[in-house]
Amino acid sequence: MTTSSNLDSHTAAGALDRELKGLIADVLGLDPVQASGFGPESGLFGHLPELDSMAVAGLLTEMEDRLGIVIEDDDVDGEMLETYGGLLAFARAKLEAR
Amino acid sequence: MPGVISSWTIPAIGGAAASEEMLLAFDRRRAQRVLVCPAWFDEANKLRRFTVEVMRRLDAAGIDSLLPDLPGCNESTARLDDQTLEGWSKAMAAAGQSLGATHVLAIRAGALVAPAGLPGWHYAAQSGPKLLRGMIRARTIAAREAGIAETSDSLMTEGRTRGLMLGGWAIGPTMFAALESAEAALAPGLCDIAQSQVGGPGLWLRAEPDEDAGQADRLAALIVQSLGNSGS
Repeated sequence: MTTSSNLDSHTAAGALDRELKGLIADVLGLDPVQASGFGPESGLFGHLPELDSMAVAGLLTEMEDRLGIVIEDDDVDGEMLETYGGLLAFARAKLEAR
Repeated sequence: MPGVISSWTIPAIGGAAASEEMLLAFDRRRAQRVLVCPAWFDEANKLRRFTVEVMRRLDAAGIDSLLPDLPGCNESTARLDDQTLEGWSKAMAAAGQSLGATHVLAIRAGALVAPAGLPGWHYAAQSGPKLLRGMIRARTIAAREAGIAETSDSLMTEGRTRGLMLGGWAIGPTMFAALESAEAALAPGLCDIAQSQVGGPGLWLRAEPDEDAGQADRLAALIVQSLGNSGS
């Protein structure tokens, strides 16, 4: 698995943001352009009725595959899933801790 | 007659009585007959329409396809929590044999029970551990929302010993334990078709069932091309 350590942090942050938005677009069946409009406060779990526990589980499992991270039970909390910003911050922290 | 709902019989195996399961068949008695091993559980619902759309395209290309229900699923009279990985493998092998299949198209976890003797394709094969991981995670998330404390570890232990209800699907202990280490084996004559070859996001990822004509076109075209190349 390749890592993004060679990229400068700005580029890597942009890439992670795009990857995560692309993933949410895949799960919700959105146009990628529409998903690119997600901001830090955009609501996810609990705000979008189609994003039930099964869909969130699929999203997290796909995040593990695409980002090369492992998400433990204890990682998953309301804050991380509630907004796009929370999910992005979580993914960034996981990648930095790798 | 294309697109007919029919049935197939699982012969009596190892003391179990013979049973009848449903079958969706595009059957015009042509030379090439593809047994379709469907995706499982929640993914079965999300991929059902896509699966049948691929079958329609195969039919138009002169290829028969046969989609049997797994025992314990859909209209089956068998109980889901009685099903085992070995039992489903035997059932799919029996279906392939009794329906005269020449090839197999296994979708996602369907690859875990595709008959070993048939050439064909695994589409985006899913391993047992990944299947369980996703379903266990969905359960722990739902439990947390409801204020119930459940951990993956405790659920895994429960699954192995007593079986587990995951996403509304009752998985018996024998099935559960077998899935913990089940990997799709690519026997000679079988090839992997990755989602990247089909293009776009896999429809099993979608929060709600959807369809994608382009993806169905491309998967069917890959199969038609592969059959043409093999000259069979």
